Amino acid sequence: MLMRESIEEDVLLDIRDLETHFYGEESVTRALGGISFQVKKGETLGVVGESGCGKSVTALSILRLLPKLSARTVGGEIRFHGRDILELSDREMRKIRGDQIAMIFQEPMTSLNPVYTVGHQIAEAVQIHTKASRSVAMEKAEEMLRLVRIADPERRVNNYPHELSGGMRQRAMIAIALACSPELLIADEPTTALDVTIQAQILRLIVDLKERTGTAVMFITHDLGVVAETCQRVIVMYAGRIVEQANVIDLFARPAHPYTQGLMRSVPDRRRGRQRRLPEIPGIVPNLREPIVGCSFAPRCPFAIDICRDKTPILRDVGSSHAAACWRAEEVMGV
Amino acid sequence: MNGPLLKVENLTKHYPLGSGIFKKSIPVIRAVEDVSFSVEAGETLCIVGESGCGKSTVARLLMRLVAPTAGRVLIDGTDIAGLKKDALHSWRRRMQMVFQDPYSSLNPRLTAGQIITEPVENFERLSRKQRHALAADLLRKVGMSPEMMHRLPSELSGGQRQRLGIARALSLNPSVIIADEAVSALDVSVQAQILNLLLDLQQQMGIAFVFISHDLGVVEHIAHRVAVMYLGRIVELAPSEALFAKPVHPYTEALIAAAPVPDPMRVRLEAPVEGEVPSPINPPKGCAFHPRCPLAVERCRIDVPPLVPMADGRVVACHVRAPATDIPGQLAEASGYPPASLARFRSGIGYPKAQILRQVQHPREAGD
Repeated sequence: MLMRESIEEDVLLDIRDLETHFYGEESVTRALGGISFQVKKGETLGVVGESGCGKSVTALSILRLLPKLSARTVGGEIRFHGRDILELSDREMRKIRGDQIAMIFQEPMTSLNPVYTVGHQIAEAVQIHTKASRSVAMEKAEEMLRLVRIADPERRVNNYPHELSGGMRQRAMIAIALACSPELLIADEPTTALDVTIQAQILRLIVDLKERTGTAVMFITHDLGVVAETCQRVIVMYAGRIVEQANVIDLFARPAHPYTQGLMRSVPDRRRGRQRRLPEIPGIVPNLREPIVGCSFAPRCPFAIDICRDKTPILRDVGSSHAAACWRAEEVMGV
Repeated sequence: MNGPLLKVENLTKHYPLGSGIFKKSIPVIRAVEDVSFSVEAGETLCIVGESGCGKSTVARLLMRLVAPTAGRVLIDGTDIAGLKKDALHSWRRRMQMVFQDPYSSLNPRLTAGQIITEPVENFERLSRKQRHALAADLLRKVGMSPEMMHRLPSELSGGQRQRLGIARALSLNPSVIIADEAVSALDVSVQAQILNLLLDLQQQMGIAFVFISHDLGVVEHIAHRVAVMYLGRIVELAPSEALFAKPVHPYTEALIAAAPVPDPMRVRLEAPVEGEVPSPINPPKGCAFHPRCPLAVERCRIDVPPLVPMADGRVVACHVRAPATDIPGQLAEASGYPPASLARFRSGIGYPKAQILRQVQHPREAGD
């Protein structure tokens, strides 16, 4: 019992059976088909998957930022510090958003307000969540710009977003997100729009800041290289479900789900030789508007047998802190 | 046939910033500056670099979608940069392009069959039967079922659309296909399918590719040779294996080091390269990379480094790693690099290195 409690204390965010649906004119898209996972204090959790797998919908569901008219979280719990945030009022949710849970997005230009200076936008975040005066908040803004290593912060606080480069804008976004020392930072493809040398700088910055501030980071990306370099634990998503969950070293050493394995093999890698055909994952992702019988990956899976087409596999342990939703995970790992 | 299939010599493109009737000099964006390379039949040349380095402008210049400010683009020895409209029209058959975005590069109102046969119909009349047969053939070549020809782009997945883009490029039997970030918008599993398709087509049909990409993993996988661009210039051009095994230019080195590797056991020792790419309107003097370069010396701030051929067949523009002091003539020829570019620094025109160096060093010595 004691054991159990001490484990629970580490958990910052506990998501159980989360289901989110999108409503079209005549159809319902089951974007999240009941996912459960935890984010522990101070850890970096990677969420990987391809377009449409539900990784961004997970982030928006947590922050309750889904488009009100077309999407709804229809089931499950999102416990943050033990409290289900799906039951909070909009007012209570606003207190958490930006203060305890912050988010950075892929496109730094569209997520910054073009008519205010970056200093103003950082100070705004500070003032909403603390009783700080304007001048204190502006000082904090400058301090934050220094923290994210923008050169010449005294001058840059007075710059508008269009006066900054792409890399600097993403730094400014990180400054806004971290201004209130959140306990959880959700980063949705934060470096996808950036050049590789700038990406390397921003990844280094996020890892450094995480270590310095103890903020937990949920890192959403499609790039396995980024996951390998920044994350401690990883969730792999496919068609609105979690198909594998493991610490980063086990995941890359012994992927237990055929989808994870296929994904890793389809990335060009010099260690396997150049100019060769890459192993493909045949077929395309399933249509989430139609009900899926059995494992959603079965039609594309080289391991699929009868049971895969009939019964949906649940996420089960296949090693210490390694789980996969596959009927044949042991055989997959053995390959 | 002698000589390379595609040869680019001293290609330069400046975009004027506004039109200045009364101003004597208009500021220009130096998008592409003195770029030379060649591509053999059946070869893949990759052009890599970050946003604003001029790689897409090179693609547009090769296709003559924009006219160069200076330089030549030769296909089988004919300069297409100088061709008039009609002659250019027929040369376009030789070179086709595949675009990055499989959504905006296909006409949403045409069926798949119409999209891929349209280029041919620019040149000859097709009967219904011929068109049908051609569309079916092209779809099969790119691994799609001929029944797909009646579908609209909106009814296809991203990967299928990119296959259509490739089928359209293949329809005229080109000798060169220019692919500008052709797999960048695709998910990795689909990207693998498209890369395999390109490799297969090259083997079957002997097509040469000029493949423009920012993704070094993809480039390393498919390239025979790689040109690295920085702020409008080629800084290193090398056989792919040599380039990735041992990058010589500090920018190539930084670029390779910055690319994330899908291996959690790998420990990143080196700090990422500092700073950002400067503006091409007002590029740094001398070597454009010097403000970010850990090796930069006095000379890098003054002289633009020339491309110097190295023993392993690569050319590198770096004062520190590839000093231009003594270039053996044989090496220069072995590199296959256009003599025009080499002649410039051999004769010393445009690069008064010795004098400038002395000017810089004198005041310093005096100070000591």
